[in-house]
Amino acid sequence: MLVAVNKNNVKIHVDALKKNFGKLEVLKSISTDIYEGEVVVIVGPSGSGKSTFLRCLNGLEEITGGKVVVGGYSITDKKVDINKVRENIGMVFQHFNLFNNLNVIKNLMLAPVDLKKASKEEAREQALAMLARVGLEDKASAYPAQLSGGQKQRVAIARALCMKPEIMLFDEPTSALDPEMVGEVLAVMKGLAAEGMTMAIVTHEIGFAREVADRVLFIDGGYIVEEGTPEEVFGNPKEQRTKDFLDKVL
Amino acid sequence: MVNVITNYGHLLVEALGQTLVLALCGLFFACIIGLIFGIMSVVKNRFCRAISFVFVYAIRGVPMIVLAFFVFLGVPQFAKDILGIPLKFSGLQAGTICLSLNCGAYMSEIIRGGIQSVDKGQMEAARSLGLPYWRSMQRVVLPQAIKTMIPSIINQFIITLKDTSILSVIGFPELVNSAKNVVANTFALFQTWGIVALIYLFVITLLSLLAKYIEGRLARGRE
Repeated sequence: MLVAVNKNNVKIHVDALKKNFGKLEVLKSISTDIYEGEVVVIVGPSGSGKSTFLRCLNGLEEITGGKVVVGGYSITDKKVDINKVRENIGMVFQHFNLFNNLNVIKNLMLAPVDLKKASKEEAREQALAMLARVGLEDKASAYPAQLSGGQKQRVAIARALCMKPEIMLFDEPTSALDPEMVGEVLAVMKGLAAEGMTMAIVTHEIGFAREVADRVLFIDGGYIVEEGTPEEVFGNPKEQRTKDFLDKVL
Repeated sequence: MVNVITNYGHLLVEALGQTLVLALCGLFFACIIGLIFGIMSVVKNRFCRAISFVFVYAIRGVPMIVLAFFVFLGVPQFAKDILGIPLKFSGLQAGTICLSLNCGAYMSEIIRGGIQSVDKGQMEAARSLGLPYWRSMQRVVLPQAIKTMIPSIINQFIITLKDTSILSVIGFPELVNSAKNVVANTFALFQTWGIVALIYLFVITLLSLLAKYIEGRLARGRE
């Protein structure tokens, strides 16, 4: 990648993470570190817990056991304000989740203004700059219902960036898009990766993963089955389960 | 034959005023009760959800006429005999309590439904940006929920307005109670009850028109 991974700075430390939904054990034991500037792509069969893993990293799912430390703060620590931690981790969802009651610019301004990160004027300026960056400055006053899927997802990315996060999580950001709109969203993500943003991405876009990932995690059955560079995992998988999965998706 | 309108019209208009006062008092507190119990029924805390469930369950399971007698007659007796506190409700007080409890229970169900109709991704997106739960509720979820709730809420207002008639049993001088007095004086059953029916119909027509107007505005507003 263009920007070197800084191995001295662990942005997310995950240790023996466990997550159950009732009796169902979705994540059995996941341990990994994500470093500053690293782009980690998480792949795996559906139902393997990839999305759950990502949602545990910002506390959207309450973890059952183990440890998640983000930027030095353990998110299960009662003394840690999870909202403060979240300000530092942007998240992009499969179904965009733009605020339907607000137009585009207000979607972008809500959190920075409400959390007193910026004055209204600053937030507006910043929001317009972010929209320009994702190529949607002309949509500032549109409502989410008036946008295409690709546009919605680009707005969602811009919204997350307005909080100036150090880490970005992407939960299948292109899975709900029509094929011709996938490219525009991936282009924005590539730009972010090139700038050195620390990113964790759950995706089925293997081609994209090959291009931007520093490391690929293959998750199945609640464990990390295999990890390595895209060349290693996609080009020369060691585990049978990884091979089976790649045979199906490639 | 007496002419009810010329002789007793002013009485009925006054009674309509009392009906509206009672309905407004009831609705005001019903909104507060509904909002509190409605939100309590969607939060994570199980205890809150249980309280809300029991409240709605109990109120919905008791006819309002029973509630009215219980509040107006039962509770003061209990207060006096058991607790030794002299407690007496005016008709308006007891009526407001009954209406707001009754309507509040239904409102809480409407509000619960409204909040739950908002995709949970909306809350998640707000939380993922670092907004606390209540801010997310206030800025993102409730504004969308209210939009879907408005027609049901106005419908509930109409029901509550009509339910004020039940409170004639505790002697509150609303429309039905006054009409009974007029009938007692005049024996003009057909005229009096016909006029009363038309008065209700008139007020409720106004409310329905208002509902249509608001619905139309909301529909045009965003999409």
